[in-house]
Amino acid sequence: MTMAMTPEDEKRRHGRNRAIALALAAFVVLIFVGSVVKMTNGVIPQLDVEIGR
Amino acid sequence: MSDITYASNDGSTAAPREASAGDYIALLKPRVMSLVLFTGLIGLVVAPGAIHPAMAAIALICIAVGAGASGAINMWFDADIDAVMERTSKRPIPRGRIEPHEALTFGLFLAAASVFTMFLLVNLAAAGLLAFTIFFYVVIYTMWLKRRTVQNIVIGGAAGAFPPVIGWAAVTGGLELPAWAMFLLIFMWTPPHFWALALFRRGDYAAAGVPMLPVVKGEASTRRQIVGYTVLMLAASVTPLFFGIGGLAYMIGAAALGITFLAISFLVLREQEGTYCWAGRLFGFSIFYLFALFALLPVGTPIVLGL
Repeated sequence: MTMAMTPEDEKRRHGRNRAIALALAAFVVLIFVGSVVKMTNGVIPQLDVEIGR
Repeated sequence: MSDITYASNDGSTAAPREASAGDYIALLKPRVMSLVLFTGLIGLVVAPGAIHPAMAAIALICIAVGAGASGAINMWFDADIDAVMERTSKRPIPRGRIEPHEALTFGLFLAAASVFTMFLLVNLAAAGLLAFTIFFYVVIYTMWLKRRTVQNIVIGGAAGAFPPVIGWAAVTGGLELPAWAMFLLIFMWTPPHFWALALFRRGDYAAAGVPMLPVVKGEASTRRQIVGYTVLMLAASVTPLFFGIGGLAYMIGAAALGITFLAISFLVLREQEGTYCWAGRLFGFSIFYLFALFALLPVGTPIVLGL
């Protein structure tokens, strides 16, 4: 099957791809920041208590 | 796999068929999302206890994305009636920009991602309630109630009332009673808000076969019920004060805005059948009312009313 793709279609696809890339990058940052906050506020202080630091 | 060729740019080509990023954003119902996000934020702010700002931001993102996911799945299921109704005919699926199965996949992915992230980074109570909210909106409201009963938005309105409770749960890790006062306020607000819209969009709903109150019971009954539910909403607007949520500013605001809401609802009642001037104003004012009331909840020192 052959699909004709107009320059406008192409522009839209590029825009969509950029949005997906940005969303994925934002998700990675969100998980990273969340994990760091959880560790510094919860896991690491708890370990300090357990090992008597 | 399709071969892709490029059409000449001579101005004779048809309208674009590729979905843009904006079309996918439209699937998330951004205007509904803004109200959900705001009430969720207030739930976070008024909850007792502390939450790290990054965690608060993550919780809000999860609430927003979860709400958006519900919207996308709703658009997949309601694609047939959206195409018939003027108000929704410009949505991405009826316009042919996005295939229904793409909207479903997008919605399911975002729903799973938002609930999982909320569980992983915030807590189980907030994640569980977010999952239940998505389930309630998609399955209970969209798939079950919307096309079957005139009470569709009365019961289904609960889905829109959960976000402040989710915000609260993100801070406390529980679903304590005070949070449900905010739930009750939005729950009682939804019928007059939605029926005001349904009055002037009655033809749309009738054409699509959706049993909204004005279609099934007529305009006069709808206008009476708008007043009735507005009175219940006014009563619900006092309940946060019994749980130490809201101060003097909220009390004064709730009274002033509530009286205005009631006055407009009476004008809707007195309006002649077939005229929707005040119904349109009530719809607009109802959005302002909820934003304003929730904005006032965290202001000042909380008052605790006794019975």
